[in-house]
Amino acid sequence: MSDVTDTSTPERPAQLPAQSPPVDPAETAAAEQRAGGRLSWWRGEGGEGARRNLWLIGVLVALIVIGVITRPDLYGDSSWVWSNILVILKLASVVGVVTVGMTFVIIGGGIDLSVGAIVALAGVWATTVATQSYGAGGMIFCALAVGLCVGLVNGVLISYGRLVPFIATLAMLVAARGLAAELSDKQTQVSDNATINGIASTNLFGIPLLVYILAAVVLAGWVLLNRTTFGRRTVAVGGNPEAARLAGIDVKRHTVLLYALSGLCCGIAAIMLTAQATSAQAAMANLYELDAIAAAIIGGTLLSGGRGTIIGSLLGVIIFSTITNLFAINGLTTEAQNMVKGGIIVAAVLVQQVQFRSLTQFLGRNRLTTN
Amino acid sequence: MTEHSRDLSRRRLLFGGAAVGAGVLLAGCTSNESDQPTTAQTKGADAAAGGNAAPGERVTIGFSAPAADHGWLAAITTNAKAQAAAYSDVEFKTVEAGADAAAQRAALSTLISQKPDVIVLLPADGKELNAAGLEAMKAGIPVVNLDRAFPDALAYRLQIKGDNYGMGVAAANYIVAQLKAKGVSAPIIGEIAGTDSLELTQERSKGFADTLAQNGLKVNNRRPAEFTADSGQQAATSLFQALPKIDAIWNHDDDQGIGVLAAVTQANRKEFFMVGGAGSKKAIEDIQADNTVLKATVTYSPSMASSAISLARLIAQGKGMSDLVELQVPKELILASETITKENASSYLKLGF
Repeated sequence: MSDVTDTSTPERPAQLPAQSPPVDPAETAAAEQRAGGRLSWWRGEGGEGARRNLWLIGVLVALIVIGVITRPDLYGDSSWVWSNILVILKLASVVGVVTVGMTFVIIGGGIDLSVGAIVALAGVWATTVATQSYGAGGMIFCALAVGLCVGLVNGVLISYGRLVPFIATLAMLVAARGLAAELSDKQTQVSDNATINGIASTNLFGIPLLVYILAAVVLAGWVLLNRTTFGRRTVAVGGNPEAARLAGIDVKRHTVLLYALSGLCCGIAAIMLTAQATSAQAAMANLYELDAIAAAIIGGTLLSGGRGTIIGSLLGVIIFSTITNLFAINGLTTEAQNMVKGGIIVAAVLVQQVQFRSLTQFLGRNRLTTN
Repeated sequence: MTEHSRDLSRRRLLFGGAAVGAGVLLAGCTSNESDQPTTAQTKGADAAAGGNAAPGERVTIGFSAPAADHGWLAAITTNAKAQAAAYSDVEFKTVEAGADAAAQRAALSTLISQKPDVIVLLPADGKELNAAGLEAMKAGIPVVNLDRAFPDALAYRLQIKGDNYGMGVAAANYIVAQLKAKGVSAPIIGEIAGTDSLELTQERSKGFADTLAQNGLKVNNRRPAEFTADSGQQAATSLFQALPKIDAIWNHDDDQGIGVLAAVTQANRKEFFMVGGAGSKKAIEDIQADNTVLKATVTYSPSMASSAISLARLIAQGKGMSDLVELQVPKELILASETITKENASSYLKLGF
């Protein structure tokens, strides 16, 4: 993740002076206007994001209460409860990392259907006999580089090839899984690297390393979205690409970077998943794209772009893994679990629509009529 | 200005160089040459033995199996090819069947138009490809159905398959015997199934549950995975969380078992023993080494593809199985599910895939 912040920060000073001097005042004025206009808008939206996250936390609490009621024997044991929290977070970690990248892409007005396939391709590429001979460093580099490259290809196809994101990433979904099957010769590739496998079994201060990785990626994503020019541009590009272009943002270039970021997240996720399964194969990370999109959506990310929060997406992922956990400890079937997941997605969007039409607006109108 | 552009071009050069370098490195990382290539399971044409192995009339065998996304399916195709190559009188024609039933139907009509002497077919779905089987039989080409049965008896000449229900029975029998030997009362039994929507998974689970019920036991928690290692790891992690103490687990598939065993290590659980399914090479090696919770596996061997090719050859040549009285190959063959334990692992190692 730190690579991303590294590449985006130095680009800023290099790019701004590169604008020809006559445009400079206009550019700064536009930037000022953007920043000024942003402030109040930001505050209002931020408040709404917080309200939405509160609702998600409510759902989470409800799920845990259901767990306590249905399995009081398990929840009565405090050491089990602690280990259960860690298991839920561990189950959320891989999809969580993918969802951070997905959230950026969706906020930027796109969609990435290829994330599951990228995870599989990066995982397979990192576990070939040749890559494994370079040790843990080689495997991690390989997974990250493959993820980044595939993301770049997605971005270039969409920005400069003018393909619709849905089509470009759908094509990549098929192609990347195909390439992964070709590389692995359709076999399950076992990772013999103790360092890589150790990522999934190592605990630091009683908390699994995977959870730290998730936390680091989420933190980096949050900073990148909320505290950097890159993040503000992402919101601008997704909210209104034409306005963003007129404001001097290189929309095409920015879009490429968004997909590259998503690909990089997939590369990180690939290492985590490979470590967990101590192996990789072309069919792994099946349907992760849907899990990630669903988590981002119930987290309050607008599918048409321009709005979304990293924390909301994280809560979305954790809600899903809590549901999985709840059904597992009660020994219920996955069919029922999938129906409940579907219901939660619909309910989340419905509730958010009500919120989006804004309770305050609604109340304000009422106040007007009563006055 | 110029300084900036020089700066930029230097940066580009650096990035470009790094990109090219990374590309070369990555391309170098695609090689998968293993020290020990996996050997196919074949039965050599033992000419000295005479009888059916002796070269006969030249026959063409058409073969179609779905694109493999699993080690078992990959082994099916490898075995079929290798077995055909072992016969000097067999010409082997294979068509890529694509990913789904529709693609395979299209591939099959191409194959039928080439008029092979016999077709060996592993359908993506037996029900959906029933019509294709009928079409070939009508065109006078005998069809050998591999593993996934056609509902219509007219659609095939020979049916050869594994015993999914029997796998569940064998796994349950082993678990029951072990628990009795250990004297465990009221044991906690977990099950990690394969893809739940597949009929074969349902049959396996039914055989397992039926046999346990006969012995007064039941499955305490059942988590389905998707025949992949990562889904196996997740299903097992959930299962361990639901059952703080477990006595025995049956995991349907050894490929997903790689993930299940990883989850066992990660959760640091060793109070139970586990039975696998299918009989992969790695699983048999693990059983032989006896250093994991995996103590046995029940087979569903892809060697059936090799046998299917041998029998297809006999059908095309109009011969029967030499050990049987009948002059023709029988119509149905169901392989028994065998239980591999530490004691007999060495003799099964060559059948692992």
